[in-house]
Amino acid sequence: MSQRNPIAKMVRLFAGTAPRRFASVSVLLAVVAAIAPTQDFFSQWRYYQRRYKELIRTRADAHRLERRFVPGIHQIWIPEQHVVDRCTTCHVALQETSLGDVRKEPFRPHPPMPHSLTEFGCVVCHHGQGAATTVQEAHYSTKAWEQPILPARYTEASCGQCHMDALGGTPQLNLGRRLLARYGCAHCHAIAQPDGTLVAPVDEPPSLQHIAEKTSREWIFAWIKNPQAYAASATMPNYRFSDHEAVDIASFLVSQSTSSANSRAPLPKNVSFTKSVDPVQEGTSLYGTLFCASCHAIQNAAGNLVGGEMAPELTRVGSKVNPEWLSRWLRAPQGYDPKTRMPRYRFDDMQVALLSSFLLSKKDEDFLANVRLAQSDAASIAHGKKLVSDYGCAACHRVNGVAPPESFAPDLSRIGSKPLFQVGFLRGMPETLPDYIAGKIRDPRAFGPALKMPTFNLTDTQVEALTTALLAQTDRAVTMPPELVRSSPRPKYHPGGDPGRLMEDLRCQSCHTINGNGGDMAPDLTFEGSAVRRTWLLDFMKNPNTLRPALIRRMPKFNLSDAEIQGLSDYMLYAYQASGFDSQALDQSTLNADAAARGKQLFYEKYACQSCHVADYKRDKGYVGPALADVGNRLSPVWMYRWLNDPAAFLPGTPMPNFNLTEAEAHDVTAFLTTLKEHKKGGSK
Amino acid sequence: MRRCVITFLGLVVALSGCSRRKPVNSSLTSKVQGTQIVEVSGGKQVAGVGSKLTDPVVLQVNGADGNALAGALIKLSGDGLVFTPAEALTDASGQASAAVQLGGIPGNYEIVAETPKSGGDTATVIVREVALGYQAKLGREISDKYCRTCHDPESSPERVSNFDNLTPPQPHQFSDGNVLNRWTDADLIRIIADGGPVLGKSPQTPAYRNTLTQVQIKAVVAYIRAIAEPPYQSPARER
Repeated sequence: MSQRNPIAKMVRLFAGTAPRRFASVSVLLAVVAAIAPTQDFFSQWRYYQRRYKELIRTRADAHRLERRFVPGIHQIWIPEQHVVDRCTTCHVALQETSLGDVRKEPFRPHPPMPHSLTEFGCVVCHHGQGAATTVQEAHYSTKAWEQPILPARYTEASCGQCHMDALGGTPQLNLGRRLLARYGCAHCHAIAQPDGTLVAPVDEPPSLQHIAEKTSREWIFAWIKNPQAYAASATMPNYRFSDHEAVDIASFLVSQSTSSANSRAPLPKNVSFTKSVDPVQEGTSLYGTLFCASCHAIQNAAGNLVGGEMAPELTRVGSKVNPEWLSRWLRAPQGYDPKTRMPRYRFDDMQVALLSSFLLSKKDEDFLANVRLAQSDAASIAHGKKLVSDYGCAACHRVNGVAPPESFAPDLSRIGSKPLFQVGFLRGMPETLPDYIAGKIRDPRAFGPALKMPTFNLTDTQVEALTTALLAQTDRAVTMPPELVRSSPRPKYHPGGDPGRLMEDLRCQSCHTINGNGGDMAPDLTFEGSAVRRTWLLDFMKNPNTLRPALIRRMPKFNLSDAEIQGLSDYMLYAYQASGFDSQALDQSTLNADAAARGKQLFYEKYACQSCHVADYKRDKGYVGPALADVGNRLSPVWMYRWLNDPAAFLPGTPMPNFNLTEAEAHDVTAFLTTLKEHKKGGSK
Repeated sequence: MRRCVITFLGLVVALSGCSRRKPVNSSLTSKVQGTQIVEVSGGKQVAGVGSKLTDPVVLQVNGADGNALAGALIKLSGDGLVFTPAEALTDASGQASAAVQLGGIPGNYEIVAETPKSGGDTATVIVREVALGYQAKLGREISDKYCRTCHDPESSPERVSNFDNLTPPQPHQFSDGNVLNRWTDADLIRIIADGGPVLGKSPQTPAYRNTLTQVQIKAVVAYIRAIAEPPYQSPARER
C-alpha cells in the first residue's frame, strides 16, 4: 500500500536520509532567495510608477515629463517637524502642472497651495502614515498607525496648527474658531492654542445674581426647558432637564437672587400719554431711529430675524421682563449687570416710557400660558443648587453662592490627536476622529445619558466648522517649532481717565476698534483725531447721521450733554493721532480752485471714484464707501491727502484700493474734496 | 486521493464564484414610470472641497401629461459624490431630495439623476455643483470683500449691491462664463491689477496692483474660473 502512495514516495525522495534533507533545504533556500526580489518588483509603488510612465507616454510633453520623472522611492525628510514622507513615490506628478486635466489618483498634480511641497511635506496637512509605501498603510488606520488621511472637508484644520489669525483661504476654520468663542465652549473647556494662548470666550452670559428683579420663576423654568422656544437665535444650549429639575433650578435661582444697585434707584417718572399718542407705535419708531437693531434682533412677520446678533433677541421680551426692571435697565444697564455690553444711553423719561411700551408689547401670550409651578420649598431649592453646581452653570453665569468650577470639562488643547483607543464610538458610526468630534458636538448625550454636556442649537455647517477648529488642536501643533507659529498680538487697549470712563459707560469699544481692541461693527477710531475736524465731530456726536446710506447698522444717539460731547471730542482729537500729521505734510495754500478743477476731473474721469462714493447727491449713486458730499467739513485736508496716498497704512484691510496716485494727483483730488461742503441731514439716498 | 483533491479544488472554484456580490437591483422599485426628470433646486451650489452642500438637491419626475408623478424612482450617481440617499421614490408632490457631499478634488461635479421610463429607457438630468479648493476659496474671500459689491447684483442686504448704481457699461458677473471664459488668464490678471482702462474698459474697475498681491489676484482669477457657467475649459497647455 505504502509503495503506491505518491506522497510517502515524495517524502522519502526528499527527506529520507540526512544528506537528502540537507540538500532539499538548501535548494529551497536558494529558490526563496532567488524569488524574494520579485516581491519588490510587484510592489504597489512600482506598479503605480509603471502606470505613470504609460500615462505620460501619450502626452504632448511626454519628453519633458519623462526627463523629470525619477524612478524609485522618493522621500521628503524634514527632521525638525518629524516628517518622513514617501507619498511622492506614488503621487509622482504633484508638481507637474501640465497634467491639470488628469483626474485619476495618484497622478493628479496638487492644486495650488500656499506652501511648497518640500517645505512641510504631506502629512502635516493631510495626516496619514508618511513613511508607508502601500496604499492601505499610508491612507488608512492600521494597528501600527492610528491616524488615517484627514478627509478633504477638514483639511483647513491643518492650517490652524500654525496660523492663529484668520486666513483668507480658510473660511471654515475661521468660522469654527469664531463659534468656539461665541458659543462659549471655552467657558467649560480649556483650549490652549499653539501660541500658548487660551481660546477666550466672546459671549457674555448674563449675571444671574439679581435675576428675580428681571424675570419670573416661570420664565426661568420655560427658558431652561428650551431656550430656543423663547428665542430662535439663543446661544444657550439645551440641558434636557426634566420638568422637576428645571423647576428646582428656577426656584434656586430666584432664591439666591439679591437686590442690584438698580433696585435702589428711583423709578423713572410715569409719563401719561394723550389719547392721540400710541406709545407702542411711537416706541417702535424710536426703536428704529435709535438703531437698537444694530445689536438686537426681532423676528418679523415672515419669521426672519431682523437686526444684529451682538445682543439678545427681543422677539418675546415682553413675556420675560418685569416692567419696573426694564425701565431701570434702560436707564442704567450697568446698575444691574456691571459687565453688560449695553451702553448707558442718556434716555429721558419719555424715551424710557416709549421704549418700554414697545418692548413690553413684544409678547407671546402662548409662551408661559401653560406654565404653572408649585410653591418652591427648601428641598427644591437645595436640589436646584446642587444641579446648578453639578452642571457647571457657574462656568458661564455669575451665581450667588456657587463658585465658578475649575477645569470643569475635558481639556481640548490636543483633541485633534486623541488616540482612537481612548474614544468610545457609538455603534454604527464611522470610527474616525472627525466623525466622533462632529457627533459629540451634534448630540453629546447620545454618547452616554450621564454626560453633562448640553445640546447646542447648531446647523450642519456650524458643526463641520467647529470640528475643523478642534481638529487643528493636534500634538503636532504643540511640538511645531515656535518660529513657524503665526499669530499677531491681540492688544487690550482701554482708554484711561475721565474720558475713558465715559467711553466705558457708552461701551464705545463694543462696536469701534481703538488701537487694535474692540468690535468691528463701526469704523476704527485709532486715528480719528488726525482724520476729522473738530466742528464736524462735535456735530456728529450730537446728532450721529450715517455716512454710509447702505448700512442697516448705525451709530445710536446717546443724548450726551454738551460738556460730555466737548470733553470726549477733545480727548479723541488729542489721543487718537497718527504720526506725521503736522502742517508740513501738505501745503494747504495751493489747494485752490485750479487744483480743485483738476481734482474733479481725476475724481470723475480717470479714477471713477463716483462708482463707490457720492460727491454730489444729484448725480452720484455709489455707496460702497462713505458719502463724500460733506467731506470738506468732515475730514482734515492732510488726512485726505495722506489717506489717498496709502489707505491701508491707516486702516489695514480697508476695501478702498490704493490707486497709486502721484503726489500731484493726490494733491488735486484733496483740493477737490475740500470743496465738498453740502451739509445734508440724514444722508440717506 | 486524487478525487479528493479535485473535489476540493472544484469546491474552491465554485465558492469563489459565489462572491459577496451586492444585489444589483435596488431595494426600491418604481411604482410608476415618468417620461421626464427635472431639477427643482440645489444645482449650481458652490462649497469647499469634500463638504456637504448646504441645500439638498431636489428633483421632480413628470409624467406624459407634464404633471409631477408620485412614487417614481430616482437614482443619483456622480463621480466622487456621496448621496444620502442615493435613490429615492418621489413623494406626494412628485419630488425627491438628497443631501450631497462633494469629492475632495476641486472643480466641477456632475450629478446624474435618472428615472426609469416605460419601455426600459431612462430619463436623465444633469445637475452641476462646484467644489472650491484652497486657491478658489481665497479668491472668493477677496472677491466678497473687493469685487462683489459691484459685480454681483444679488449681493445680500447686509452688503447692498452697488451694481445698479454704476453708470453703463455694467460689470460682468463673475459666473458669466459666456463672456469671461473667452478672456485669457493673463488678461484677467491685467485688468484686476491695472484697472479697466488697460484693456479699453471702464475706469470704474480700479487698479488693484497696489492693494492686492499677485497671489491674491491669481486667486480671484481661479475663483472666476471655478464658478464659470458654462464651465471654463482651460486651454491645452503644451510646451
